[in-house]
Amino acid sequence: MDVYLPIANLSVNGLIIVGLGAITGLLSGMFGVGGGFLTTPLMIFYGIPPTVAAASAASQVTGASVSGVFAHTRRGGVDYHMGGVMVAGGIVGTGIGAGLFSLLQRLGQIDTVINILYVLMLGSIGGLMAKESIQTIRAERSGVPIAARKRRHHPMVASLPLRWRFYRSGLYISPLAPLLLGIGTGILTMLMGVGGGFILVPAMLYILGMSANVVVGTSLFQILFVTMATTMMHSMTTHAVDIVLASLLLLGSVTGAQLGAQFAQKASPVKLRLVLAIIVLLVAGRMAIGLGYRPDEIYTVAPL
Amino acid sequence: MKRRLGSAFALVAALLLGGARDPILVPEVSQHEVDLRQGFTGTELLLFGAILTPEGSRAAQDYDIVVVLKGPTQSIVLREKQKVAGIWINVDSTELRSAPSYYALASTRPIKDIVDDKTAAIYELGLKWLQLSPIGAIDPGEQTRFSDGLVDLNRRSGLYREEEGGVKVSEQVLYQARIWLPSQVPTGTYTAETYAVSNGRVVASASSQVEVRKLGFERATANFAQDYGFAYGMLAVLVSIGMGWLAGRLFALR
Repeated sequence: MDVYLPIANLSVNGLIIVGLGAITGLLSGMFGVGGGFLTTPLMIFYGIPPTVAAASAASQVTGASVSGVFAHTRRGGVDYHMGGVMVAGGIVGTGIGAGLFSLLQRLGQIDTVINILYVLMLGSIGGLMAKESIQTIRAERSGVPIAARKRRHHPMVASLPLRWRFYRSGLYISPLAPLLLGIGTGILTMLMGVGGGFILVPAMLYILGMSANVVVGTSLFQILFVTMATTMMHSMTTHAVDIVLASLLLLGSVTGAQLGAQFAQKASPVKLRLVLAIIVLLVAGRMAIGLGYRPDEIYTVAPL
Repeated sequence: MKRRLGSAFALVAALLLGGARDPILVPEVSQHEVDLRQGFTGTELLLFGAILTPEGSRAAQDYDIVVVLKGPTQSIVLREKQKVAGIWINVDSTELRSAPSYYALASTRPIKDIVDDKTAAIYELGLKWLQLSPIGAIDPGEQTRFSDGLVDLNRRSGLYREEEGGVKVSEQVLYQARIWLPSQVPTGTYTAETYAVSNGRVVASASSQVEVRKLGFERATANFAQDYGFAYGMLAVLVSIGMGWLAGRLFALR
């Protein structure tokens, strides 16, 4: 099934794109992450221009997180107050990210920066997840439970001025902390075309010290709005969002996400986490190798 | 009898004039409009025509035919990756003011057997002779390195092509060349130039145009994205939310 993409200016096999969306959707439903970290590199690998790939991937993450947000809302798993602050930060972040994107594009370094960011982010987070899940599996086998981590926000957070009460998160902290976190993930979303759930969830747990039952819902809430802002930002600055490409991806990913969510209910969460960690590390490894090996194309063309 | 006399007369006249008159070249393109739309995976253009002597008789044996199809020129930045501290990053770059977005050449024989380098350079016959107009002064060695890089890149992606021997001549009067336009061709006005070459000289040339354009939905989408970024973004957001929500509802019903 050949589909001509009007913005990317080339024709692709539509079924491959839907399949790509389905794989990332499956991951997103199973692990509660956006799956953007896989879509963008795979699309670039398939031959879609990097800018179009990054710009269109964000809308897929929006689609995948919508149903998640609804589900978490129903069971009260979203701290709107906290989420609102993070969304505000996230929107500022996408603005900064847009500026950085066009600056790096002018300098010709955008692809390198995206690749290095991927290697660093995926490598460190994949490593952490793998370590944690292996520890948990070992503890389960030996029967000795690991001491539960005391829920407490990072001392740096406590030193920030101005304090607000976040009831659902069970916190009395400065709103600047979630705001900065939001800005950081906003920048990453804009640059990498990922949702940022990877960074958000651990940061909310270990840096902010939010109560675990609102972490995933609030993170999805923030991702939903920030990816929407990213799509808008790309539409207005790079003009690189390909709506046909995005629709094909969405078709696959929203279906995959539902299937993944059903599957996730049956599987053991620790093993799921380990599998995700391995996938993440593989992607990071592949990209790290890609940086060092002689690329297929030494020359690249950009409009003046 | 009368006709034979006439042509004999014309032959004599041609000889007297020392062959200074140009041959007659009648080029045509199979399609003057190429529409980029759903299902477009590339298309083959047939560039064909007739070549006659000034007197109107069959002449293809005496002439070589070169056909060049060229897309609109673009101003581009060409970047070159080098290995720095273990990783490959863009290090060097050059700006080119007139890089053709598409270039295809077909000829009856290898270009180097038809014309000398000077003529080839004047008429841009061959990828080696593209006039890319680099901006600013760069030394010739570097310039060659960059233009070779660009040609190699576009050649492998199918946007630059050269088929020496791609022009077929039949009955000594009709010539034809098939040129492939891949799916990623840029839009714009393409010019198809046909040259008749004899004894290393271009003795006749003719050009026609091919319009490559997006139509209908594809055109509307591209224009919408370019001109109304905000509304286009809103639409993209609504589509993604709608599809996510719909999938959630459909699966919840089961």
